[in-house]
Amino acid sequence: MTTRPGAWSLRAPSPLPGWGLSLGITLTLLSLVVLLPIGALLIRAAGIGPAELWATISSPRVLAALVLSFRAALVAALFNLVFGLALAWVLVRYEFPGRRLIDAAVDLPFALPTAVAGIALTALYAPNGALGGPIQDWFGVRVAYTELGIWIALVFVGLPFVVRTVQPVIAEIEKEVEEVSATLGASRLTTWRRVILPMLTPALLTGFALALARAVGEYGSVIFIAGNLPFQTEIAPLLIVIRLEEFDYDGAVAIAVAMLAISFVLLLLINLIQVWSRRHTAGA
Amino acid sequence: MADMTVSAPLATAPARPRARAVGCTEEPRWLRWTVTLVVLALLALLVVVPLASVFVEALRDGAAVAVASLSDPDAWSAIRLTLLVAAVAVPLNALFGVAAAWALTKFHWRGKAWLLTLIDLPFSVSPVVAGLCIVLLFGTNSLLGGWLVGNGLPIVFAVPGIVLATMFITFPFVARELVPLMTEQGKAEEEAALTLGASGWRMFWTVTLPNIRWALLYGVLLCNARAMGEFGAVAVVSGKIRGETATMPIMIEMLYNEYMSVAAFSMAALLTLLALVTLTLKSLLEWRYADQLAASGRH
Repeated sequence: MTTRPGAWSLRAPSPLPGWGLSLGITLTLLSLVVLLPIGALLIRAAGIGPAELWATISSPRVLAALVLSFRAALVAALFNLVFGLALAWVLVRYEFPGRRLIDAAVDLPFALPTAVAGIALTALYAPNGALGGPIQDWFGVRVAYTELGIWIALVFVGLPFVVRTVQPVIAEIEKEVEEVSATLGASRLTTWRRVILPMLTPALLTGFALALARAVGEYGSVIFIAGNLPFQTEIAPLLIVIRLEEFDYDGAVAIAVAMLAISFVLLLLINLIQVWSRRHTAGA
Repeated sequence: MADMTVSAPLATAPARPRARAVGCTEEPRWLRWTVTLVVLALLALLVVVPLASVFVEALRDGAAVAVASLSDPDAWSAIRLTLLVAAVAVPLNALFGVAAAWALTKFHWRGKAWLLTLIDLPFSVSPVVAGLCIVLLFGTNSLLGGWLVGNGLPIVFAVPGIVLATMFITFPFVARELVPLMTEQGKAEEEAALTLGASGWRMFWTVTLPNIRWALLYGVLLCNARAMGEFGAVAVVSGKIRGETATMPIMIEMLYNEYMSVAAFSMAALLTLLALVTLTLKSLLEWRYADQLAASGRH
């Protein structure tokens, strides 16, 4: 199974065996599980044609669902950006009892199945729920079955991403850097703005991108709490499922392609910002 | 009396510069407390209370009712199916992760960056879209799917489709844990083993695997947690046939929509317990072998 070294100009010579075998396993599984299915989607989309795809995507109900999905995902990811940074900072820098336990609890949204999270959040934040009732009485705000409910579900699923990407970077910051900044006369706020945040920016952006990507496609935790009213609280992944249940495969494919394209553009943008900010901080 | 008037200013004098010295690399005390309290309150409202409510709702009519709802034959078949799917999907993904990490970290070749990007692809694809892709490739209407059904191997609305959907969603986990670690470890130890006359497999079992075992276990745990809980992709490919292709998360949805709240939450509580076991193992690994796990800390 091993490839003769030097026989392949694609690869630098190496004494280690198993390149062919490991790459073979990798590409076989990758193709079977990921690439062929995505290819099937793209081929189907190409068969439908751009005009037909656009007609489906620009229909009011689909457009409303797409706008809702991306708006809610952006809101949740932005919230997680701030909340995640604060939580990571508290977990690394501050001493308080039960810190390790709370650190472990951050991973809960990741380990908990989305359907479980969905029904638990719904039971809690529904108008007759333990938290939803008081919130409605005191603030006059309905949480479940509104967009606010979708935000809560998406904040829940995206929470670990920012915390876990920023936490190790905070732990690696040397306190001397902050001391130098303080000795040079910077206030704590200035130190944060000019020293700490620039160091954390790449990690923050990575965490934001991961949380955003996760939130855009999230289905399980949202459909229970959303209420799923067309034009109001119907997210794009749910509309795909509805189209599939109607055997409208072309309609489902169109929405899926739109979601993939928008996600791709968003992640590309975040990547560009990241490259820009790296260059910016390196030059400063 | 005279002593006291002298000692009082002396006692306060050294305290002032010390407070300053702390203050320059820390936020003011009031801010520290406010941020900590707000963050912990939010975490409680968003994560801890919902977790507790799963068990409260499940035990609403007593433990006996909750256990009885789980011994329903359909519930049993869902539990068995979920375990079966995880038992197939997770080892395959572990195999993929090790193979991909080996090819990516021990050799220099063109196209490495592409492979890395492709491995991360499932992260940016919605589970529902993943399910749709599998239906399009393997559904009875497609060329491949039609042929497979003709040969007695249906994929969609059957167990193989659920396994494929689960693998798609959990695909990057093991590889992402191993790649940073194995990059850091380099290949000197493997080369030494080969120089000393070890065969390729012997080198792998005695040098590589012991070096990566904790990170591998960590990745497998993450992968397993997601595999047992996957909902969106499985909902699309499984057809939700009760007793046949309904996994535990699908069963939870069906019970919940039928207003069988206690049964739904009992099943949810069981899945939550599995998740908590995973989380405990993962935390133990992190505390004990932090240095042997990749410093990446990502998911």
